Amino acid sequence: MTREQVENLMVNAADWNEVNPDWPSLATAKYIPAETSGTMDFFVENFFLEQTLQDISYDGLVSLFAANVSAGRCKAVESEQRFYADRLVCDTEESFQARCESANPPTGCTLEPRDHASMEDLVYADIVQPVVLKSWFLIESLLNRSEISAEIAREYPSAEMKFKRWLTWDFVVSPQSSVPELAGVRTAILGSLWLVGIAILFAFPLGVGAAIYLEEYADKTNRFNQIIQTNINNLAGVPSIIYGLLGLAVFVRALEPITSGCVFGVVDCTVANGRTVLSGGLTLGLMVLPVIIISSQEAIRAVPSSLREASMGLGATKWQTVWSHVLPNAIGAILTGVILAMSRVIGETAPLVVVGAATFINTDPTTPFAKFTSLPTQIYQWTARPQQTFLNIAGAAIIVLLILLFVLNATAIFLRNRYSKRLG
Amino acid sequence: MAETSTVSKNGRNSSYAIEARDLSVYYGDFRAVKNIDLQFNVNRITALIGPSGCGKSTVLRSFNRMNDLIPVAHAEGEILFHGKNINDQDVDPVEIRRRIGMVFQKPNPFPKSIYENVAWGAKINGFKGSKTEMDALVEESLRDAAVWDDVKDKLDQSGYSLSGGQQQRLCIARAIATRPEIILMDEPASALDPISTLRIEELIQELKEHYTILIVTHNMQQAARASDYTAFFNMDTDRAGYLVEYNETNELFTNPKDELTEQYITGRFG
Repeated sequence: MTREQVENLMVNAADWNEVNPDWPSLATAKYIPAETSGTMDFFVENFFLEQTLQDISYDGLVSLFAANVSAGRCKAVESEQRFYADRLVCDTEESFQARCESANPPTGCTLEPRDHASMEDLVYADIVQPVVLKSWFLIESLLNRSEISAEIAREYPSAEMKFKRWLTWDFVVSPQSSVPELAGVRTAILGSLWLVGIAILFAFPLGVGAAIYLEEYADKTNRFNQIIQTNINNLAGVPSIIYGLLGLAVFVRALEPITSGCVFGVVDCTVANGRTVLSGGLTLGLMVLPVIIISSQEAIRAVPSSLREASMGLGATKWQTVWSHVLPNAIGAILTGVILAMSRVIGETAPLVVVGAATFINTDPTTPFAKFTSLPTQIYQWTARPQQTFLNIAGAAIIVLLILLFVLNATAIFLRNRYSKRLG
Repeated sequence: MAETSTVSKNGRNSSYAIEARDLSVYYGDFRAVKNIDLQFNVNRITALIGPSGCGKSTVLRSFNRMNDLIPVAHAEGEILFHGKNINDQDVDPVEIRRRIGMVFQKPNPFPKSIYENVAWGAKINGFKGSKTEMDALVEESLRDAAVWDDVKDKLDQSGYSLSGGQQQRLCIARAIATRPEIILMDEPASALDPISTLRIEELIQELKEHYTILIVTHNMQQAARASDYTAFFNMDTDRAGYLVEYNETNELFTNPKDELTEQYITGRFG
């Protein structure tokens, strides 16, 4: 029997004489080998991986898939998106129609059939299921190449040695997955961006407003104001986990109707859950508020008093002076404080763990009331997993976090410099 | 505070632009100046002279309540402006400052364009004119402040791009753009070179046609050259400033009535 004949038998043929016309016309019986069986690995390695998945025809991929997964999984995949426009592979016409006419039709009823690329992904994820047995660091693999090769030949004779970059564009744009080879950080990046946005939108106006009040309006000899000032200074040094507990008590629990969005009709109040990106953002906003207040106060104090006198001497009110002269001259330094606060928000993990960043989530946050995770939280969870591969992608996620931080800071600094120059 | 009222509340006719009666200013418990009685004539230049620390700047700043910006400062006595004590509770200091402008020792233009420097004061004072009218006001103010020829080609450049003397004249233009009645000048030429100083002095002479001017100066020659009246202040033994002598400038410099004045103007102390 030739290799082609075996492949045909495995994938397409329903009758023995389709494989070889000389053979009798008998229906083939296909048995799905258990994942642990050597037969499966043998066939996959010898018949499909020598050629890449790209080389296999679309029909071949579909048959391969249908033959190697359970009927239920196949049906589920088909109802997500059909394999063929004109026929069904795993489901019957009647039951598919029935599901499409139900109150909650699956996506396969409306979507176009799958294409070759998505079939490749499906086969790769469900059938090939590559497993990383062992990984070495770059330096080690460069210097000890021969020893590694020897070890592989000795310990994992059927394994393939491969240079793998963990940090790829796919890694950045893929959602979270329980398969580490397929997991990405898109959900976490979006979560982090939502958190920064909410935290800064909340803390910037409040912080600058408080700084203006304390510097320009409040009577500094007043005992009450002195206590407020001292408290703000101390709050800047409170451990972030304490803010997490505060956020849990206030935003997640006490303000649950608001932070879950149920008062806005986003979710049903009986199932409302305050562990949303809004709660997380507000908690982090609260955490950086003292930092923003203090740096804004410094910035306002640094505006020369001659400028205030010039403005007041012209008959400007206090507010006109603050708005037209003090703020435009302080804004550069204020924004420096805000940029520092932003970096802190991106890097913070502890309060989010307490507030309830999701441990596993693969849907993008699209509203303030969505469940969320953030990059540092994601990294923390991956490093806590026992599998080596999760540690590797955690390393890649750390680099993504640093790049994100760098890009956000650079953008903010660029905008600040442009904006403050225009005022000068 | 009606514009036409020239009758003070105790019924005495007041033909002065502004008048201090028994004015004392305190910084906390410290009395910086005591018992000042001074009347300033309309459309005249009055110079306030005296040794350092005698409180002449403090007196000047109390005329438009700039001392309010110092939290611990407070004034006692009366400052009558159109017959009304400007230290009364019901007087809005912002309104006072709109009508009594100020030029400071160090030129302090706003870090904005030259045009904006002049226009901003008028804008916040309720100037409602069109762009053309504002342009006219800016030009007129800059002309009145004798700085138009220097800046007419670079109105959109920063006020900081000018020289010190030009900056100070820009500040004067800024002050007169709001059309005040009185202009207070706190050593306006002390940070400038002699030529700029001379130009500022000439400018002050031109401005007195429309404005009452109070000028604090360290420079006795300047007071003698540029003012109509001179008030001489000195520091008392309790470190509080007080008014020694007040007279027409010619009279005070040629025929001082007080021995201290004579010693000061002849350079024997201060």
